[in-house]
Amino acid sequence: MTRFFSKIIVVLKPFYLGLMLFFMYAPIAVLIIFSFNDSRSRGTWEGFSFRWYEQLFNDPHTQSALRNTILLAIFSTIFATLIGTLAAIGIDRMKKRSRTVVMLISRVPVMMPDVITGISLMMLFQFVFRMLGFGGLGFGTMLLAHIVFNVPYVILSVTPKIRQLDPNLYEAALDLGSNPARAFFQVILPELWPGVITGAMLAFTMSVDDFMVSFFTTSPGVQNLSIRIFSMTRRGVDPSINALSTIIFVVVMIMLILINLRDKHLITKRGEDGNEN
Amino acid sequence: MRRLFTYPYILWLAIFVIAPLLLVVFFAVTGTDTYGNTYFTLQNMGQFFEGIIDDQPFFQRIYVVITMRSLRLALQTAVICFILGYPLAYILASKGFRNKPFLIFLFIMPMWMNFLVRTYGWMSILERNGIMNNFLRLLNLPTIDIMFTDSAVLLGMVYNFLPFMVLPIYTSLTKMDKRIIEAAQDLGANPRNVFLRVVFPLSLPGVVSGITMVFMPAAATFIIPNLLGGGQFFLLGNLVEQQFMLAGNWHFGSAVAVVMIILMIVSTFILSRFDRQEEVSEGGMRL
Repeated sequence: MTRFFSKIIVVLKPFYLGLMLFFMYAPIAVLIIFSFNDSRSRGTWEGFSFRWYEQLFNDPHTQSALRNTILLAIFSTIFATLIGTLAAIGIDRMKKRSRTVVMLISRVPVMMPDVITGISLMMLFQFVFRMLGFGGLGFGTMLLAHIVFNVPYVILSVTPKIRQLDPNLYEAALDLGSNPARAFFQVILPELWPGVITGAMLAFTMSVDDFMVSFFTTSPGVQNLSIRIFSMTRRGVDPSINALSTIIFVVVMIMLILINLRDKHLITKRGEDGNEN
Repeated sequence: MRRLFTYPYILWLAIFVIAPLLLVVFFAVTGTDTYGNTYFTLQNMGQFFEGIIDDQPFFQRIYVVITMRSLRLALQTAVICFILGYPLAYILASKGFRNKPFLIFLFIMPMWMNFLVRTYGWMSILERNGIMNNFLRLLNLPTIDIMFTDSAVLLGMVYNFLPFMVLPIYTSLTKMDKRIIEAAQDLGANPRNVFLRVVFPLSLPGVVSGITMVFMPAAATFIIPNLLGGGQFFLLGNLVEQQFMLAGNWHFGSAVAVVMIILMIVSTFILSRFDRQEEVSEGGMRL
C-alpha cells in the first residue's frame, strides 16, 4: 500500500510543479502574447503588430517614468548602501541593550505595511513644507522615501558579515602600522563587501518595484513606472501596458540570468570553502 | 569613530522612522476646527468604531465590516498560500531533480516582475470577454464571471503573495539537519511519521514567517482589490488611501492607520508565540 502511494507521489511531483509553473506564468504569458496583438482587445487575437511598442516609445509620460525609476533606483541604492553600511558598523559597536532597541526601530520600515510607511512619510514631508512655508512633494521626497525603506535591507544584509568578522583583525592592522582609515578601507571593508553588495542589490530591486510608498510621496506630475502602470490601468484597456510589461520581463530575465552566471562563476572559482555569497 | 557612525544614524531614525509614526498618532487623536486650530479629540477613533449610521449592531458598522473583511481575506490568502506553497517548497527542497537551480530560478523569476503588471495580466484572463471565457466559449462551456468579486481579489492575492510563503518554508526545509531525519528513520519511523513528527515541526519557523509575510501585506494592500475588485471592493488599505488621497481627511485616515498598526502588532505577537526558534533570517525571504 505504501509502495503504491509512493509511486503516485513520484508521478504527482512533476505534475504539481508543472501546474504551479502554469499558474505562475499564465498571466505573464498572456501579457507578452497580447503585447503583439493588432487590436485594443485584451482577449481576442487579431494579428501581429508592433504598434503598442511604437505607442509606448512615443509616450513622453512613460519615458519620464522610466527615467525617474532608474534615477530613483540608482541614487536610493547609493545613499541607502552608504547609510546602511555605516549604521551597521555603528550599531555593532553599541552596548547590547541600546543595540537591541536601535535594531528594532531599524526594522520598523520593513515590518510596517507599505501603506503606513507611505502616508506617514507623506505627512512628515507635508508637515515640514508647511513649517518652512515652501516646497512640495516630488522627485526629492520620493527619493528620500526610497532611501528610508531601503536602509533596513542594507543593514540586515551587512550585519551578519560584521558578526563573522574577527575582532582582532582591525587591531592587527593597526599593530602592523596602518592608520585607522586604511585599516577600515583595506581590511574591514573587503570582508564586509559580499554583504554590502547583497544589500545594494536588494535595495535596487525594492526601489524599482515600489508602488505604495512612491504613490504617496510624489506629486501627480512626477511618476515612476509603477505609478505610470497604475494610472494606465485606471484609464481602461491600453495594450501599451502589455508592451511595457514584456520589456520589463525581458530585462528582469536577462539581469537574473547574468547574476546567476556570475554566482556560478564565483562558486567554481572559490571551490569548496563553503562561502555562500 | 563609533560615535561618528552611530549618532547621525540615530538622528536619521528619529526623523524618518519615529517622527512619521508619531505624526500618524498625533493626527489620529486631534481634529482641526474651522479656524485651523488643532485640538485634542478621540472623535476620529470613535468614528472608526461607530460608523456613519447611528445605532447599528457592532458587526454591521461600516468600518468594522471593512476591518473584518480585510482580516478574513488576508487569513484566507495566508491559508491558501500555505496549502499550495508547502507542497511546492517541499518538492523543490527534495532531492532527485536534475536541474534544481534552474527550477528554483523559474519560480523566483515572476516575483521580480512588478506586481501591478502581474495583476494586470490576471485582469486580461478573468475579464468577461477575457482569455478564460473565450476559451470556455470555444469549448461550448458556460463562462465564469468572477472579475470584480471576492474570488478574483483572493486569486490575485494568492498569486502575488505565494512566493513569500514558499521561500521561507523552502529555506527552513533545506537548512534542516538531515542527520535528524536519518536518525528518525533508523529508529524505525515510517515516512508518514518522519514527516509529521520530525520534518514538519522543524519547518514550523519557516511556516510562521511565511504566514507573517503573506498575512501582513495582504491585510494592508489596496492595489489588488482596486484592480481586480473594481471600485466597490473596500478593504482597510483602500480606506486609508481614500481618506488621504481623495477625502483629504488626515485625521480619520490616521485613525484607520493606527488601527492597522495595532492589528499588525497584535498579529505579530500572536504569530511569534508559535515561533520558538525566531530568526529564520530575513535573507530567506527574497533571494
